[in-house]
Amino acid sequence: MTRLLLAGLAVAATALGSTGTPSAQSAAGAPPAVIHVEPVQNKIYLLASAGSGNITAQVGSEGVLLVDTGIDRSAQQVVAAVQKLSTGRVRYIINTHVHPDHVGGNPAFGKLAGSDPADALKIIGQQNVLNRLTHPASGQPRFPEEGLPYDEYATPFKSMHFNGEAVFVYHEPSAHTDGDSIVMFRGSDVISTGDIFTPGAYPFIDLERGGSVQGEIAALNHILDLAVPARTQEGGTYIVPGHGRICDEADLVEFRDMIVIVRDRVRDLIGKGMTLEQVKAARPSRDYDTEYVSSNSFVSADRFVESVFTSLKKAPR
Amino acid sequence: MSGACRTTMFTGLLVCGLAVPAAAQVDLAGNWAALYHEDLPDRIPGPELGDYTGIPINDAARLRADSYDADRISVVSQYECRPHGADYSMRGFANLRIDQVVDPQTQRVVAIHTRMAFQGMERTIWLDGRSHPSEYAPHTWQGFSTGVWQDNMLTVYTTHLKESYLKRNGLPRSDKATFTEHWVRHGNYLTVATVITDPAFLTEPLVRTQSWVLDPSLRVGPDQCETASEVPDKAADYVPNHLPGTNPFLHEVADWYGLPYDGVRGGAETLYPEYRLKIKMPEKRPLQCERYCDCGAGGQVCGDPTPQRRGSR
Repeated sequence: MTRLLLAGLAVAATALGSTGTPSAQSAAGAPPAVIHVEPVQNKIYLLASAGSGNITAQVGSEGVLLVDTGIDRSAQQVVAAVQKLSTGRVRYIINTHVHPDHVGGNPAFGKLAGSDPADALKIIGQQNVLNRLTHPASGQPRFPEEGLPYDEYATPFKSMHFNGEAVFVYHEPSAHTDGDSIVMFRGSDVISTGDIFTPGAYPFIDLERGGSVQGEIAALNHILDLAVPARTQEGGTYIVPGHGRICDEADLVEFRDMIVIVRDRVRDLIGKGMTLEQVKAARPSRDYDTEYVSSNSFVSADRFVESVFTSLKKAPR
Repeated sequence: MSGACRTTMFTGLLVCGLAVPAAAQVDLAGNWAALYHEDLPDRIPGPELGDYTGIPINDAARLRADSYDADRISVVSQYECRPHGADYSMRGFANLRIDQVVDPQTQRVVAIHTRMAFQGMERTIWLDGRSHPSEYAPHTWQGFSTGVWQDNMLTVYTTHLKESYLKRNGLPRSDKATFTEHWVRHGNYLTVATVITDPAFLTEPLVRTQSWVLDPSLRVGPDQCETASEVPDKAADYVPNHLPGTNPFLHEVADWYGLPYDGVRGGAETLYPEYRLKIKMPEKRPLQCERYCDCGAGGQVCGDPTPQRRGSR
């Protein structure tokens, strides 16, 4: 499974290039995406496919709310999968961050919404997501208008009530990127994290887009504050990560601890005056690599260590 | 008796025989008291820090365990009420109740359900031929188990495990691990052989056995663990760990028991007889038993870890 998920991250990153905009090139020659639908609990479902970020769907009498929309080339399959879950309209999309494996399907749903206000679709994202999508790097195409998160927010959190439960959208500053949101479904007791949490794969700390290891740890700690396990420290609040299987608090603790421990080691080596190359050569994540790296990983051990090193050099703590 | 009569009687017995559900070869239901004669000091007082003896670990597992600081259980409250993983649970405080789950229509045993008192560990082993969950389904401490009878042995396969430990001294077992068990009942004794495969931390399967005795008087009680902040003013990003090369406790087990340090570091090579040809002498050789000297003797539990050393002073 990890290989498929990491391949998804790699596809997304390739499409992202250095610009933060999705590319249609990823569709060339690719077989139709297979969308796997896994019930999470109560009103929440996970829609997952190889080569794409996870999609969280909340389904109820008022319609459908999606957290992320996957990569562009799987949009039609995602639309079909959502229509199987509910005959209601998609009323909200919440983008957890700017990467194309999470916003790529926005335009497909935007086109379906039509112009009638009764069919309105609101696309929500932290304001940095909108800024990056509307200001692509030189030479890159602008993100399709109908898929932009024009219902952006710039406050620490935003809340709404939909399908009979409170939905909280929290901004997690400078974590995976500078525009990360997590989404908590208070009634269903599910949190969708975007790529702040990628079990089985090192986090992609996107330094170019404002990510940092300090923010990553802070965001994970915030999720731990929100999650409440059931008996025997499992279940209770379920967590849908950016890629990979359904998790809970205990899984997220392991991931958080890994990052903290590697951070501690890199900080210690920096304190000894080591350069980036020397730190990489010391392989401070070597006891985690067998769990978090596979043969085609997007975030290699070196890349993860480099992102930690650079984060700490920028803002030593 | 005429030939016809014999035929009729034989047919009747055959029908009666076929009426017995094929899946219920052996009744495992009941209360089972754990027997700790195997690896007693390792299981009841608990493994010593740095003791990886007999475990076919790789370098990653060794460093993870070397980095483990047991303060983590106090500082990170999410660890406080964790149960063991299903594989290790058989080796801890393992008093066990087994119930049969019977299909009300067919009266076939479709699963066995187990409960152990420590942290309320409950597990279901499905015997109805169902498939394992998808790769996207949650993992649990007890995993997802299915079993099939092979004559009088129940063979169980478990997937979807949460990350846990091979030993509770920090020796890790990943959530990629799976394990196979062979449950065999001999009269009032039950033995389970566990074969763990872990692509992240083991270079070859780890095989362990555990045994129980039937004890109708045993009662597996409730568990009421509740997490609490034991170190309230800690930083949110503090996870106790030893930086590589700084754990001061790793030599203890070799020194206490008079073992060669390389041997207690584990690895597949140390499991086999050939390893004796290259084994080095212990760095320290205690003149008398210094650790858990009465452990298991005469049925005792392991008491004071250092009775003789203290007595000699």
